[in-house]
Amino acid sequence: MTVTSPTRSPRTPAAASGGTRSRRRSGRGFYGLSLGAGISILVVLAAVAAFLLIEAWPAIVASREELDAISWLDASSLAVYIGPLIFGTLLSSVLALLFAVPIAVGIALFISHYAPRAIAQALGYLVDLLAAIPSVVYGLWGALWLQPVIDPFFRWLSDNLGFIPLFADYTPPARNVLAASTVLAVMILPIITAVSREVFLQAPRLHEEAALALGATRWEMVRMAVLPFGRSGVISASMLGLGRALGETMAVLMIISPGYLFSFFLLKPGQHQTIAANIASKFPEASGLSVNALIATGLALFTITFAVNMLARWVIARRKEFSGAN
Amino acid sequence: MTAKTDLSSTPDSLPSSPLIHDSRTLPRWSPWAFLGGSLVVATGLLALIGTPTPTGVALLGAVFFAISLTAYSARVEGRRHATDRFATTLVTAAFGAAMVPLVSLLWTVLANGLPMLTASFLTSDMVGVYGDIQGGVLHAIVGTLVITAWATVISVPVGIMTAVYLVEYGRGALARGITFFVDVMTGIPSIVAGLFAFSLFTIVFGPAYRAGIMGAAALALLMTPVVIRSVEEMLRLVPNELREAALALGVPKWLVIVKVVLRTAVAGIVTGVMLAIARVIGETAPLLLTVGYVAQVNADVFNGRMTTLPVYAYREWSQGRVGVDRAWGAALVLILIVMLLNLVARLVSKYLAPKAKP
Repeated sequence: MTVTSPTRSPRTPAAASGGTRSRRRSGRGFYGLSLGAGISILVVLAAVAAFLLIEAWPAIVASREELDAISWLDASSLAVYIGPLIFGTLLSSVLALLFAVPIAVGIALFISHYAPRAIAQALGYLVDLLAAIPSVVYGLWGALWLQPVIDPFFRWLSDNLGFIPLFADYTPPARNVLAASTVLAVMILPIITAVSREVFLQAPRLHEEAALALGATRWEMVRMAVLPFGRSGVISASMLGLGRALGETMAVLMIISPGYLFSFFLLKPGQHQTIAANIASKFPEASGLSVNALIATGLALFTITFAVNMLARWVIARRKEFSGAN
Repeated sequence: MTAKTDLSSTPDSLPSSPLIHDSRTLPRWSPWAFLGGSLVVATGLLALIGTPTPTGVALLGAVFFAISLTAYSARVEGRRHATDRFATTLVTAAFGAAMVPLVSLLWTVLANGLPMLTASFLTSDMVGVYGDIQGGVLHAIVGTLVITAWATVISVPVGIMTAVYLVEYGRGALARGITFFVDVMTGIPSIVAGLFAFSLFTIVFGPAYRAGIMGAAALALLMTPVVIRSVEEMLRLVPNELREAALALGVPKWLVIVKVVLRTAVAGIVTGVMLAIARVIGETAPLLLTVGYVAQVNADVFNGRMTTLPVYAYREWSQGRVGVDRAWGAALVLILIVMLLNLVARLVSKYLAPKAKP
């Protein structure tokens, strides 16, 4: 037995004044603190749902006469009012996703498999920089720089492909859903790129080398070894991007000229509006029941993004279980 | 035969290895030659029709490049290699396409914002500003800093302690549930966070209550999951040997966490918090709903409306005319603050990391 020093008991600095009991107490206190913080997350999330529901409830149960008193709500019921908004939200986000996903996958592949190793990381930072730009700046950029730039393109689209209803009747300036979706696409590029890049980098090195050793070109290697491995990762990355696009407010608010229709005229202004932009434009002047009605639309948005994000997490979790690489 | 079996070589040098492939490959410089040629042809063609613009030259040149290189490669190297070259072109073009918004965005903000960035713009507010008077953003800077500081004060302790729970204590269903709901929280749209803060404070303090703390609460809701995620990641990086060594010396667990785990991870934690701040400081929608806009400086977070830079930029933009210039100025100030935070985060992680004593 090795006794270091009989006069000094093996006490830790913090417990020196107390003894075993106070040491145990402070340990338990610290544990309680961290547990409390964790539980507070659950409480806050429950509170978000509860408070939104409490505030939305008066509008949900309001009679038709009461709803008629709201100046901007000329619909027979709240559901009829929310319908076109949900449609506009989904349309703009899905369009943004259609633009963003191919480009994001391309960028992710470029950074993970094409760019020279030495500068790949720097290029990654460059794309991440897009994520650091505040949304209101995107709005300014979209409204003041993009609209004149994209105008000749929309004109061409409307003149030459106008026989397709989608592209008919373009009226400048470009305050339509397609312009808004373009800005949304730029805004969700970084998140989709970042997640896809991580997945592509995790593709099993041995598979890639085996493909190359068999004489595959780089593209064949990517198509056979990297893309199949990364597919579910790209899907979940897209869902996360969709979740972002659904809730994005400022870009849509500052670009789109609002309308409340179920319309597929992508180049026509005054056809669409999203839930988030609608809340932001009406809320500052709202009072009384109209506040409740807007919060009810917010509750709908919360539910939609909640579902999309859950689906994304589920896909990610499933991938973790079944991928052979881990 | 001198077969080169250098396994560490880059993939693109493999197909040209004499073992695998014959010599019918294009020289390495050929894509660059094709690129130059395509750009020249595109410029010439556009000059024939009208005046060539940079956008037009880039777009048409890219199309020419993709077609000509693929066609030539198909003739010389065969179909598979032509496909490969086409894919390389597409992937590179995707990256180039992403640089267009980034460069044009930074350029427009700088070009329009720099002329506004004068001393008086930064040190005056909007009281008594009418017509073409320049005005200022002092009240917006103060509001942004105060509200973000309060959001940080609320979210960082909760975030760090939750991450500690998840990494050091959490087992079983509760920890899994918290992890799941943190993910859900990450996906809350910012406008919903604003609605939540509005509902919470108007139910508690009455419908007319407006204060900076409402915005801070909304931002804290958006910031907490980001803090949790990054701190969690940092804590998991702390080697288990450190924990075990400290525990073996008889140090109680909570002290191990405070003095060993958190101390080791402090650089990463500070970086994560900085990046989380940079992420919420530009939020507009929740502040538009809750905190709104006033013309003068208000530093009292519990009383009255405050102006923040993003809301200022939005409001001035919607006023039009000289307001648009003010909006660009505010956007530039906001971007500078975000960049500064990112830079500080980098430096902090460099200097705060625990160093091995020599």
